[in-house]
Amino acid sequence: MIPHQMVWLIFLLPLFSFVIIAFVVRPLVRPESRIAGYITIAAIGGSLALSIWALFSVMAAPHHEIPVPDITWVVIEDGVTIHLGLIMDSLTAVMLIVVTVVSLMVQIYSQGYMHGDPGYHRYYAFMSLFTMSMLGLVLADNLVFMFVFWEMVGLCSYFLIGFWFHKPSAADAAKKAFIVTRLGDFGFLAGILLLYLNTGTFDIHELHELAITGVLAGTVLTWAAIGIFAGAVGKSAQFPLHVWLPDAMEGPTPVSALIHAATMVAAGVFLVARMFPLFQHSTEALTTVAIIGGITAIFAASMGLVMNDIKRVLAYSTISQLGYMMLGLGTGGVAIGIFHLFNHAFFKALLFLGAGSVNHATGTFDMRLMGGLRKYMPWTYVTFVIASLSIAGIWPLSGFWSKDEVVISAFASQPVLFYLAMITVFMTAFYMFRAVFMTFGGEYRGGAPDAHGHGGQESHHGQPHESPRVMTIPLIILAVLSIFSGLWNVTGHFGAFMGHGETHGFLEGLFHPFTLSLPWISLILAGLGILLAYAMYSKFWISAERVGGMFKPLHTLFYRKYWFDELYENIIVKNALFRGLFGGFEQFDNKAVDGAVNGVANGVIASGRAIRYAQTGQLQLYGLFMGIGILAIIFVIYFFG
Amino acid sequence: MNLALFIPEITLLVIAAIVILLDLFIEQKRWLAQVSISGLVIAGGVTIAMWGGSYPAIFNNMLAVDNFAIFFKMLFLGIAFLVILSSTDYVSKFSKFQGEYYALVLLATLGMMLMAATTNLIAIYIALELTSISLYALVGFLKDKKSTEASLKYLLLGAVASAVLLYGMALIFGFTGKTQLGEIAQVIQSLPPMTLLASPGLLLGIVLLVAGFGFKIAAVPFQMWVPDVYEGAPTPITAYLSVASKAAGFAVILRVFFSAFGLPVWLSLNWGLIFAALAAISMTVGNIIAIPQANIKRMLGYSSIAQAGYLMVGLAAMGMASAENILGQSGVLFFLASYAFTNMGAFIAIIAISNKLNSDLIEDYSGMGKRAPLLALALTLCLISLIGMPPAAGFMAKFYIFNAAIQNGLLWLVIIAVINSVVSAYYYLRVVKVMWLGEAASAEKVPSSGALRLALLLCCIGVLLLGVIPGYAIRLAQLAANIFAY
Repeated sequence: MIPHQMVWLIFLLPLFSFVIIAFVVRPLVRPESRIAGYITIAAIGGSLALSIWALFSVMAAPHHEIPVPDITWVVIEDGVTIHLGLIMDSLTAVMLIVVTVVSLMVQIYSQGYMHGDPGYHRYYAFMSLFTMSMLGLVLADNLVFMFVFWEMVGLCSYFLIGFWFHKPSAADAAKKAFIVTRLGDFGFLAGILLLYLNTGTFDIHELHELAITGVLAGTVLTWAAIGIFAGAVGKSAQFPLHVWLPDAMEGPTPVSALIHAATMVAAGVFLVARMFPLFQHSTEALTTVAIIGGITAIFAASMGLVMNDIKRVLAYSTISQLGYMMLGLGTGGVAIGIFHLFNHAFFKALLFLGAGSVNHATGTFDMRLMGGLRKYMPWTYVTFVIASLSIAGIWPLSGFWSKDEVVISAFASQPVLFYLAMITVFMTAFYMFRAVFMTFGGEYRGGAPDAHGHGGQESHHGQPHESPRVMTIPLIILAVLSIFSGLWNVTGHFGAFMGHGETHGFLEGLFHPFTLSLPWISLILAGLGILLAYAMYSKFWISAERVGGMFKPLHTLFYRKYWFDELYENIIVKNALFRGLFGGFEQFDNKAVDGAVNGVANGVIASGRAIRYAQTGQLQLYGLFMGIGILAIIFVIYFFG
Repeated sequence: MNLALFIPEITLLVIAAIVILLDLFIEQKRWLAQVSISGLVIAGGVTIAMWGGSYPAIFNNMLAVDNFAIFFKMLFLGIAFLVILSSTDYVSKFSKFQGEYYALVLLATLGMMLMAATTNLIAIYIALELTSISLYALVGFLKDKKSTEASLKYLLLGAVASAVLLYGMALIFGFTGKTQLGEIAQVIQSLPPMTLLASPGLLLGIVLLVAGFGFKIAAVPFQMWVPDVYEGAPTPITAYLSVASKAAGFAVILRVFFSAFGLPVWLSLNWGLIFAALAAISMTVGNIIAIPQANIKRMLGYSSIAQAGYLMVGLAAMGMASAENILGQSGVLFFLASYAFTNMGAFIAIIAISNKLNSDLIEDYSGMGKRAPLLALALTLCLISLIGMPPAAGFMAKFYIFNAAIQNGLLWLVIIAVINSVVSAYYYLRVVKVMWLGEAASAEKVPSSGALRLALLLCCIGVLLLGVIPGYAIRLAQLAANIFAY
């Protein structure tokens, strides 16, 4: 049984490493030193060890939950207090493993990838802070505390997306990510306030109780749940707030792997799972989750079909898979959604790190400039293919097990969404293997013309080569996890750990899918997807250009991302808000109110004409405004008082 | 009467006189700042010693010596301390009148301390004028085009606002026959229940008071002076205006509206509604116009209008509150304390940066994260606090005040306020983005004096303390607001 001090330490360790790096290492140590990386790795390694301890303790504990005593943080008045407390249940334990494992792998990998970058210390400081915030987010036991960490992961993401700030695209992407996710956060905050207003508590356990006993019900519950889901939509880049995630790929690739594939974007899914009793008791909210998830899954996959930038393919794939998780939550429950999150974290982090490794060798992310890397980078190739097979849902890799459960539960409750999910299975297999064949198959096409892969990276002319061992070993570990992590639920133990489901024998579970028709259909669809990619991008039996031409309108629609960026940026933000609303206000303020006075100072300095200015309209104008204000107040009282 | 209770004010007055006289004799002008600071420290020490005691009002019941007044006195003295620390670099560039600068800051502080303590309409007016006239002079201290324009504008508009306020006071006096706040309350409570519209004298009196004080706290539509004055004034004075002058305005509003118009309920509901409407419009207008600003002082000027809006949410909650609920009042006090640290911190960082750049344009802050990482970090922290994001003080303050409003049935106002907070993130973060992600125009470092760095450090510590362990400050605010319990 893990002592509760150790539970606190899980997220305090990375905080210590952040403080040490930010305030001791960064000012005092030369940027070439690798010390910051070692500190971070040690701290997160410690967190991982404690997380594993916690996982086993939770498995052994009754009801799969360990009580952790609260600390009182703020007393606003009697009755209104904010406690700091942690939850240590099965959901948290699983999330802790996901976050610490992926984070540790990414930190080790970054020792190779970020070596020599002028911002090396800054990078590790933010990575530590991010890991701390993410661990705090999954451990938090009340909504205010959780919201604090929720904002902090957003802030770290902002700084890490804009890490190479000399690129304007990176700076813009950082801003876009922050603003778009804050739109969702507004809903989350409104949901929290609505819950508080009706229940007087922020405590997650108490809210669960109130929802289960039916005290919290009806429209209040529905709106609160939908508000919370809005936060999840922003963080997990679900339709229609998905636009920030592809742009967020401007950050360093290990950042994409950790934050924008495995952990932070999954926080939205976690949030819904954490508040699941609330969703469970509101059919409308639960259906909303399922529908948004299903739409996002196919919508994002369709855009992934046509992208040429390997990281963008992976970004759309992430959005699509997050959609699967939401669909799983909305139709099947916590165990199914979180199981997919668990498996996805490993194979998607692996895909991103693989893309980073490829970039390390070729200096580009454009797949049209790659090709033939199978020969030069065998480890990257093998691990990348394993992850691709896993995400495509090929038996017996991890993606098969969790995706299968999502699809089955969708079939049972939302047939329309089931068909969308099946089409997405085909698309996923196609775009992943399109990426595999374009990157690793055929002949090498020369890499970046003016090789400027990422900040501080020297140019790579001539032969590409395999990445150093510090980068390939995390790939191999993640590949092993991508193969085997799915086996946890072959026996039904994952579902049982999460609170429902039966357990059965291993071999029986392993071959059970072949006795049903659905897994066969999805396997065949995935196989067809791979085959089509093979035909188009490896053997060139079918010309990709010809196919693109045949479906020109569709291709354009996908390639231009359904014109969502144009809609948001040009029409809504630039024209409606900036030119219209803000501009109008400013014009009014400057011209009507200030315009008359701007000569005043000249007057004072020159000859004291100021008083004349003041007498010719200026003062009256201000007086007039004040008078209008006073009248307006009287009107307010008259009509509403 | 016990003059000992007036020692802090007397100290400031004496020190102000000493500073002016010393200025005539000494060559080393930096001593002026040190003498001023020593005066503030003495006054602060005496004030703190008075905390928690129950003392009779002095000067024929004109000045209360209660926890509320002491809370604000400590706040004003602390702010003046920070302003003087951060002014030393700035003022040393003046060829003459350095003594007057410090003396005027001290006198303005004295005026504000009196504003927080007075319980009589006439004394309120006098204290307010003492503050205002000192500030008019300080705003014009640079004597260049912008500063002079700002000073003149502030003076003229301030005069109009004073006239409006005085007219309001005259109407209240005409209606009740009293100038003492407690006695006004007795007269009003003896009235039969009615609507405010049925007594136009009282109605107009209250509305004119709101307008007069609204000028002081920069509430829309009485905010026209803000952007030009903030831009033109010497930056430490801008900081002083945005923090202390606003806090003094809120101190007076809290005391007048609670002591004189707190009961009966039909009356307090009405002025609660006025403040709710002003809060909504101030936040919205302030935030929207702040978005396109290119000058950081102007931007913070509009931001301070928006912040006044959030503060008025607390006033509205106080008006709507039932008996014994002092969350609105204590929320305003806590918000003012956290706002003081936050905005002072932001302005102090701006003083240091603009001393070097000679520019207040946001685009010139490009690459500050490289040139002056600590200053940029401090400014970032303060801007995050202004947005109201954890772990900074601004989050706690907003949370507290919004909670008060929700408990008193003002959910609609909180929704507007939260939307506004989201909008405001845009322009605050633009500065953060430019500083950290922008290209530096040159590699030159930005120097700053020890005094300024000390002041900035104190502000950042304050922002973090109030954000992370706010319990103690909340307790202080509640004790201070307790004099308002029914």
